[in-house]
Amino acid sequence: MGLITSYFSFKYMAVFLPAVIGLYLIPSRRFRRLVLLLSGYCFFWAVSGKLLVYLLLSTLSIHHMGLWLENINEECERLRSDSPKEQRKEIKSRYVRKQRRVVAFGVILHIGILLFLKYSPFFAANINSLFKIIRLPIAINIPSFAIPIGISFYTLQAVSYIFDVYRKKIPADNNLFRLALYMSFFPQLMEGPICRYTDTAHNLYQAEAVRWENLTFGMQRMLFGLMKKIVVADRLNLFIENVFTNYGNFDGFVTAAACVGYTIQLYMDFSGTMDLVIGSGQILGVRLPENFQRPFFSKTISEFWQRWHITLGTWFKDYIFFPLSMSKPLKKLTGRARKRFGNHFGPLAAGSVALFCVWLCNGLWHGAGWHYIFFGMYHFVLILLGSLTEPFVIKAADRLHIKRDSVPYRIVQIIRTTALVCIGELFFRANGLMAGFVMFKKIFTEFSFKTLHDGTLFSLGMDLPDYIVIIFTLLIILIVGITQERGGRVREIIARRNIVIRFGVFYAAILFIIIFGAYGKGYVPVDPIYAGF
Amino acid sequence: MERLIEILEEIKPEIDYTQCNNLIDGHHLDSLSILSLVAELEEEYDITIPAVEIIPENFNSADSLYRMIKRLQEED
Repeated sequence: MGLITSYFSFKYMAVFLPAVIGLYLIPSRRFRRLVLLLSGYCFFWAVSGKLLVYLLLSTLSIHHMGLWLENINEECERLRSDSPKEQRKEIKSRYVRKQRRVVAFGVILHIGILLFLKYSPFFAANINSLFKIIRLPIAINIPSFAIPIGISFYTLQAVSYIFDVYRKKIPADNNLFRLALYMSFFPQLMEGPICRYTDTAHNLYQAEAVRWENLTFGMQRMLFGLMKKIVVADRLNLFIENVFTNYGNFDGFVTAAACVGYTIQLYMDFSGTMDLVIGSGQILGVRLPENFQRPFFSKTISEFWQRWHITLGTWFKDYIFFPLSMSKPLKKLTGRARKRFGNHFGPLAAGSVALFCVWLCNGLWHGAGWHYIFFGMYHFVLILLGSLTEPFVIKAADRLHIKRDSVPYRIVQIIRTTALVCIGELFFRANGLMAGFVMFKKIFTEFSFKTLHDGTLFSLGMDLPDYIVIIFTLLIILIVGITQERGGRVREIIARRNIVIRFGVFYAAILFIIIFGAYGKGYVPVDPIYAGF
Repeated sequence: MERLIEILEEIKPEIDYTQCNNLIDGHHLDSLSILSLVAELEEEYDITIPAVEIIPENFNSADSLYRMIKRLQEED
């Protein structure tokens, strides 16, 4: 167990973060840079100890590979400019092949370490099961490794840097210090967001001094995150744990309530953490990319994934979906399919191959388990179905004279999408795939309102006041969400008010968290869910 | 430009492409729609759109798409 276990822990909130901000107030840019780097490494060490070596290895390797790719490119350009025109194409393709080997080496190194540490127990267990099925008297030892914190996040950052240098989107950075900052900014180490080099590297290296506006806005954002996590996610924890662990004991109504409850908990935990992370970054003058954009306003599953864990979705899109779907073999497939099936369905053929790979990776990224793979495949099927049926839905709506941009139609779409997301999260949280299916079946076969009347729902770790507090907090979050959906910026709206209202809101938020936060006796805080991925 | 608007309307008809400037950021076009659009643009304008060009800056509006097409035509 590390010294720091969560961004919401006392050690982080009351000791680590204030100490870093205190040191950051010293008016020397070079010193602030050093504070940022050392605080990143201290944080990593406080969570994962000597496994810090993995992060250092990763940083050194991408620094070296970036320069290696740049050297190959410069050599290629030199040779091309000294050669006759007819040879230039051949020279370029020769050097591109060289660069591709470097990229492949970098990807294999980084993804290989991730796969080895995180997935070898899963693969070994499945190979053993296979041996058992075919009655082979062999069993592989199931290995177990200590996994450095945030490996799934910083590995993707490292790989994106290598790809971006290869694609000439960014020049290779010869400043090891800047790259080390990019890989080790402490607020994002545990749960992201997954940044690109262009998002944060220069911003971090600038090491801007703390400004009053950033300090207040950052603290407000952190308070909002604290409210989501401590008041809602932690309050739901005992109920969720109870139902998902003893799922055989409960009927369909309780199971459905836990399914919705877990979806709320996951959103409150992860988006609350992101508020804390982005707020911490803002205090230090670092603008981190948003990971959520009010996902429960989504009208389709595809839109939901453009609003939920955005940095992971765009990573998969940029480095798996588009490179795969626009590779030569899939482009040929698209060309043939378009001639046969038309403009809408044709590209879906290639798209579905790439989409399958994306969702397989997405499922596996979340964890080594069949229920995670199922979770990925579930969303793959839903997105594909959504695209396949879209032309028919448009036609049907037109024939029935339904306005697709009307509010009632959009509300129906939002409810449908939320229901589908909740079902996906049921499998995601279930203790294994079979448990997921049993729970899913219960919702439809053992559903009755009896448990609502006989008080069962209020005896599973949450009583009536808990439900009232959760509903009230969710209403606040909904109002903030609607304001943001309409383009309003809540913190700027507050900042424009007079000092009494400004401080009133600030103190009310603190008091609300202190009074209604689910901490102390009788509550067990939820472990940082995404830190485990 | 008119032809480009026609292509976009074939893919997603309900959007006003002369006004909309957040096709990606506003979640109007998803990955599969972009794939259809890329295939259509490549055929119509005889260009190759590499994966690295698929960024919101290029795909957020009909204007930015048009600029990308012109640039890729010149590069070819």
